[in-house]
Amino acid sequence: MLLVQKRHSVLPGFGLSLGYTVFYLTLLLFIPLGALFLKTSTLSWNAFWVTVTDPRVVAAYQLSFTTAFVAASINAVFGLLVAWVLVRYTFPGKKVFDAAVDLPFALPTAVAGISLTAVLAPNGWIGQFLDPLGIKTVFTPLGIIIALTFIGLPFVVRTVQPVLEDLDKDVEEAAASLGASRWATFRRVILPAIFPSLLTGFALSFARALGEYGSIVFISGNMPFKTEVVPLLIMTKLEQYDYTGATAIAIVMLVFSFLLLFLINILQRWSGTRTVR
Amino acid sequence: MTPIDIPTSRPKTPDAVTEPPVVRYLLTGVALSFLGLFLLLPLAAVFVEAFSGGIGVYLDAIRNPDTLAAVRLTLVAAGVSIVLNTIFGIGAAWLIAKFDFPGKSLLITLIDLPFTVSPVISGLIFVLLFGAQGLLGPWLSDAGIRIVFAVPGIVLATVFVTFPFVARELIPLMQEQGTDEEEAAVVLGAGPWKTFWRVTLPNIKWGLLYGVILCNARAMGEFGAVSVVSGHIRGVTNTLPLHIEILYNEYNFAASFAVASLLTLLAVATLVVKSLVERSAARRLTPVTQNTTS
Repeated sequence: MLLVQKRHSVLPGFGLSLGYTVFYLTLLLFIPLGALFLKTSTLSWNAFWVTVTDPRVVAAYQLSFTTAFVAASINAVFGLLVAWVLVRYTFPGKKVFDAAVDLPFALPTAVAGISLTAVLAPNGWIGQFLDPLGIKTVFTPLGIIIALTFIGLPFVVRTVQPVLEDLDKDVEEAAASLGASRWATFRRVILPAIFPSLLTGFALSFARALGEYGSIVFISGNMPFKTEVVPLLIMTKLEQYDYTGATAIAIVMLVFSFLLLFLINILQRWSGTRTVR
Repeated sequence: MTPIDIPTSRPKTPDAVTEPPVVRYLLTGVALSFLGLFLLLPLAAVFVEAFSGGIGVYLDAIRNPDTLAAVRLTLVAAGVSIVLNTIFGIGAAWLIAKFDFPGKSLLITLIDLPFTVSPVISGLIFVLLFGAQGLLGPWLSDAGIRIVFAVPGIVLATVFVTFPFVARELIPLMQEQGTDEEEAAVVLGAGPWKTFWRVTLPNIKWGLLYGVILCNARAMGEFGAVSVVSGHIRGVTNTLPLHIEILYNEYNFAASFAVASLLTLLAVATLVVKSLVERSAARRLTPVTQNTTS
């Protein structure tokens, strides 16, 4: 636990705020998470292994990781582009577009899910153009990728944007006056400076996509081996009252989440986006 | 080192740090098309679908008793979350920003945890703790207390997924502001509460408001975690997002989108308030940021 050993300070409330924070986290975080690990420990290693290596479960892990990775990659490219355009250029309606970037944070995932499904359905606004081309999005992994791209976009834009704003233009001027083309300046000067934040945004978007449920459930159709991602599989197990199965799958997912959180923390320390400079 | 060709004609500075107009228009066009296609189109679709059955169907869907019950439960869950998580957020931010102690970065990581945990798992942990087969399940059923598949479970799950929001907004803000002003107040004889109300709170009010707004938006919109603990009992344990799902799965699309439009309006209002708050915070902080960046 936390060692109480504060540096001398005249400010009041150290004991109270430490006590309350630890109390609240214990009640809300440690005890429930402890219940999860305790439940897992009642599983025999064999039963755990059989559950998490079941072909349907493995297929769900593969689908979750692949779709999350593709969506996070799309977001890295377009998120960088959006951040660039918002920081560097002026155009009418810029403030509206800037505010709209946060829409996926504010819009409930269930609303995003049914809305994307309606737009992409064969008779929907976009679906009607994709359908004659033979592109199916609803009830396919492609639909899942689109939903995850929607959900993850703000993470990349909002981590890259402040770094891009703080970038010193003198360096770019120096590069240009030394004869570097604009593209070379971008690749050799700007990109290295924003790369840590871009990677952080990618990781945040990936982590969010891995656990996403609400926006996917409507568009995926939830077909085992085809469009069943891990959170949907956990939900299915719960609906069948298979609590041990759900717990085993959840534990593996949670371990990946913790690893990602650890990685993101390292990345954020590296890029310095976490604390205000 | 590669030799660098020094151009004979010196580039003009303004052009040198931006792109040719064609590239600028192209990039802007692609970026805005992407935002329009991925963000604004689904937003517009909600309202078009909501009114696809006419205004009568829309109003009926909203006036439906099940919808109103869902609105009430959503308001209760969001209200409790805001109160509890605001108190926690201020306490945790005070602790982390004003004092140095070992384990601080671990504490910050723990506060971020609900962001990385899948909502489904956030719900699952409460089912495993309070459910019929859970750790405290037998004891709770003897005492006649229902938490899972009842209102307390929904409130708990909502509080869990939203507890980082206020703390996360306040921690960097209070760290940046440092401890000088509070220390001056204490040295001049102000008591702890007076220091907080008169010095700290006015400094953090915009960040606090921002955190509360985000906490509220997530609390009202939470779906996965609440879905696991709710049991989907109509009129009893249905929040607005769960009600949307039920209507949608019954192929009652117009009603489903009508209810969804309420939450979409909330989302749009959240974004508007958020940008207003950011603008007033920016105006207040302008002299400071100008000094530090230029």
